Amino acid sequence: MAANDSTTIDRGFLAPTGNGLFGWIFSTDHKRIGLLYMYAVLTFFIVGAALGVTIRLELMAPGETIVSAQTYNALFTLHGVIMVFLFIIPGVPGIFGNLFLPLHLGANDVAFPRLNLLSWWLYIIGACMALGSLFSGGGPPDTGWTFYVPFSVQTTTNVSLAAFAVFVLGFSSILTGLNFITTVHRLRAPGVTWGRVTLFVWSLYATAWVQLLATPILAITVSLVVLERILGAGLFDPSKGGDPIMFQHLFWIYSHPAVYIMVLPGMGIISEIIPAFARKPIFGYWAVAFSSLGIAAAGSLVWGHHMFVSGMSDMAILVFSLLTFIVAIPSAVKVFNWVATLYKGSISLEPPMLYALSFIFLFSLGGLTGLILGSAATDVHVHDTHFVVGHFHYVMFGGTGFAFFGAMHYWFPKIFGRMYNKKIATIAWALMFAGFNILYFSMKILGLRGMPRRYYDYLPEYADLNMIATIGSWILAAGLVLMFVNIIRGSRSGLLAGDNPWGSLTLEWTLSSPPPAENFPDDLVVDRGPYDYDARDYKAQEG
Amino acid sequence: MKEAEHATVQKDYAGAKLGMWLFLYTEILLFGGLFVLYSVYLQRYPREFAAAAADLNIVLGAVNTVILLTGSLLVAISITALRRGSVRLAQWMLWGSVLTGIVFLINKYIEWSAEISHGIYPGSPILDQKENGEIIFFGLYYITLGLHGLHVLIGAVLLAFMAVYVATGSVHRDDFIKLENTGLYWHLVDLVWIFIFPLYYLLL
Repeated sequence: MAANDSTTIDRGFLAPTGNGLFGWIFSTDHKRIGLLYMYAVLTFFIVGAALGVTIRLELMAPGETIVSAQTYNALFTLHGVIMVFLFIIPGVPGIFGNLFLPLHLGANDVAFPRLNLLSWWLYIIGACMALGSLFSGGGPPDTGWTFYVPFSVQTTTNVSLAAFAVFVLGFSSILTGLNFITTVHRLRAPGVTWGRVTLFVWSLYATAWVQLLATPILAITVSLVVLERILGAGLFDPSKGGDPIMFQHLFWIYSHPAVYIMVLPGMGIISEIIPAFARKPIFGYWAVAFSSLGIAAAGSLVWGHHMFVSGMSDMAILVFSLLTFIVAIPSAVKVFNWVATLYKGSISLEPPMLYALSFIFLFSLGGLTGLILGSAATDVHVHDTHFVVGHFHYVMFGGTGFAFFGAMHYWFPKIFGRMYNKKIATIAWALMFAGFNILYFSMKILGLRGMPRRYYDYLPEYADLNMIATIGSWILAAGLVLMFVNIIRGSRSGLLAGDNPWGSLTLEWTLSSPPPAENFPDDLVVDRGPYDYDARDYKAQEG
Repeated sequence: MKEAEHATVQKDYAGAKLGMWLFLYTEILLFGGLFVLYSVYLQRYPREFAAAAADLNIVLGAVNTVILLTGSLLVAISITALRRGSVRLAQWMLWGSVLTGIVFLINKYIEWSAEISHGIYPGSPILDQKENGEIIFFGLYYITLGLHGLHVLIGAVLLAFMAVYVATGSVHRDDFIKLENTGLYWHLVDLVWIFIFPLYYLLL
C-alpha cells in the first residue's frame, strides 16, 4: 500500500502514519479496519475459489480424476467453511460496512472502535484456526461445513479445531453486529433521521440484528459438537439417548438466518447502486427499508425447511413450508422496487451497474428455485442433489458475491481515489456472468436429473453436464482473475477518479477520495435524503 | 499514532449501555440453546430426569444461590457507593463480590468432586450403565453448569479489575460505565443461575 506514489493525490486515511504495519493492524479507524478486512477476506476468497475449481476438476469426468475420495471430502468441507464463514458472512459487513456505515451516518467512527479492531483480530484468529485444522490433528475435516452429527462426532479428522474456529468467527460476527446496531442508534449526525439513513445502512442494521440473535445458537451448537467429541456426553448420540435431529434444529436455527446475514447486505448494496446509475430516487424507500427487517424477521423462522426429509411431523412441515414462502414476499418487494426505480431512469451501464443488474437476475433465479426447495413435495425429489448446490450458489454467489463485486467497483474510486480500467472491468464481468450461468445452471439440471450432492463419483449419464459445468468454472475463474488483476492495477496506477465520479448523492461522496482520516467536520448537519436525484441539478464529475 | 484522534471519541454512556445490553442478550441466547435441549429431553425422559436430579445436592445448590445473590447485591451497593463518592466502600464491596465468585467456584468444586468420585461424569463407565435419560441429564448438567461456572470465573476476574480501577481512580464517580457494565454482567451470571437452580435441583 504505502510503497506507492503519494505525490499525485492527497492519500487521506491511506497516508502512512509513521507506524508502518502497526499503524494498520492496531488502528481503530473504521476505514483502516475495513481495508484490513478487505485484504484478509479477499485472500480467503481466492483460496476458497481455488478449492472450488479443484472440486469441479475432480467432477469433470466419472471416477477418480485428480484427487482421492477422502481428499475430495476435505475439499468440499474446506470450500464450504471458507466461503461461508470467512467470505460471505463477514465480507460485506466487515469490509463495506466498516468503511461506509459511519460515513453514511455522518459519524466519525463506529460506536466502539476498539471492539471493532477486536472483531478483526478474532476474525484473523478464527481464520488461522480454520486453515490450521487442515494441517494438524487427524487431517482436514471431512464433514461438510454443516458438521452434521453423528459423523462429525465419530470422524477422526480435525473437526474439533474447525468447529472451535467457527465459534471464534461467530464471536467476531456478534461483536460487529452489536457495534453496528449501537452506531446506527447513537451516532447519526444531526439531520440524519431514520428516513434519511441510506438503504445500505438499513440492510446492515437488519443484518446486525440477525447476527446478534442467531449466532449465539451456532456458538453453543458447535461447542456441543466439540464437547461431544471430548467428553462423550451423548446429547446427540442415539445410543446414549441423544437425538441427532436436535443438532440439525439447533444448527439451522442459526444457519438459515445466516443465509440472510449473507444476502441482506448485498441487497443494501444493490439499493445504493441502482438509484445512482438510474439517476432516480429509489422507488418506495420505506418499503425497501422495512423489507430488510421483514426478511430478517421471517427468515429467522424457516430453519425447519432443511429437515423436511429428516423426520418431522406433517404439521411442522406445513408450517415451515408456509413460512418459507412468506420470505419471498419482502424479497420480491425489493426486486420490484429496484425494477420500478429503473423504469424511465437515465441508466448508465457502468461496471457497478452491470453487477447490480446481474444480481437481480441471478438472485431471482436463485430465489425462485428456493421456492421449489421450500415446498415439501418437490423438496423430497431434489433434496441433497446438485439442484440444491446450484440453488444456493445462485443465491450466495450470484446474489451476495455479485453484489460484493458490484460494491467493489462502485466504491473503489472512493477508497483508493483512483479508477480501474472500465473496459476490462466490463469484459471480466461478462466472463463471470457467462461462466457462472454455465456452471451453476448445469448443476440445477443435473440435480433435477438425480445427481446427488457431495458425491465423489457419478453415473456415466451425468458426464456431459458435469463437463459443461467444469468448463463454466474455468470461464468464471478467468473472469475472476481478470477482475482481480484489474482492481489491483487500478488501485496502484489507475487514473485519478475525483471525489464523486458517479455523481452519487450519499454522504461518503461529499468527502475527498480517499476519505480523510477524520471523516466529517464537527458541525456537519445533513439537510437532505440520500436519493434526492431529481431534487437537484447535479452533474457527474468525470474522473 | 493517530489512535489519539480516535481515542477522543465522546463518552457515550447510553451507547455503551446499549451495547452491553445487546451483548447480554446474546449470552442469554447462548444458554438458551442448552435450555432448549433441556426442555426437549425433559419432555422425552421425565422419569429418568427426576431420578437423576434426585442425586444432586440441593443444599450446596441452595448455598450457591445465596452466594450469587449476595454477590449481585454487593456490586449494586458498590455502584451506588461510588456514585455517592465513597470510593473506599465501593472498592471493598467489589472485593467482596469477587470473593462470592471464588466461594461459589469452591463450592462447585466440592459438589463436582463428590459426584465424580461416585463415578458420575460424562463418558464414565458407571454413568453409561444407567438409563439413557440419566446419561443425558448429567451430560446437560455438566455442560450447562460448566458454562455457567466459566462465566462466574470471567465475571470475578472482571470485578477484580474494576476494584483495581476504582482504587487507581480510572473508574470514578463521573465515569463509571465500565463498572456499571461489569455489574450488569454479574447480574446476568446471577440471573442464569436463578434459572439453572430450579430446573436442575428443585423442579424434579
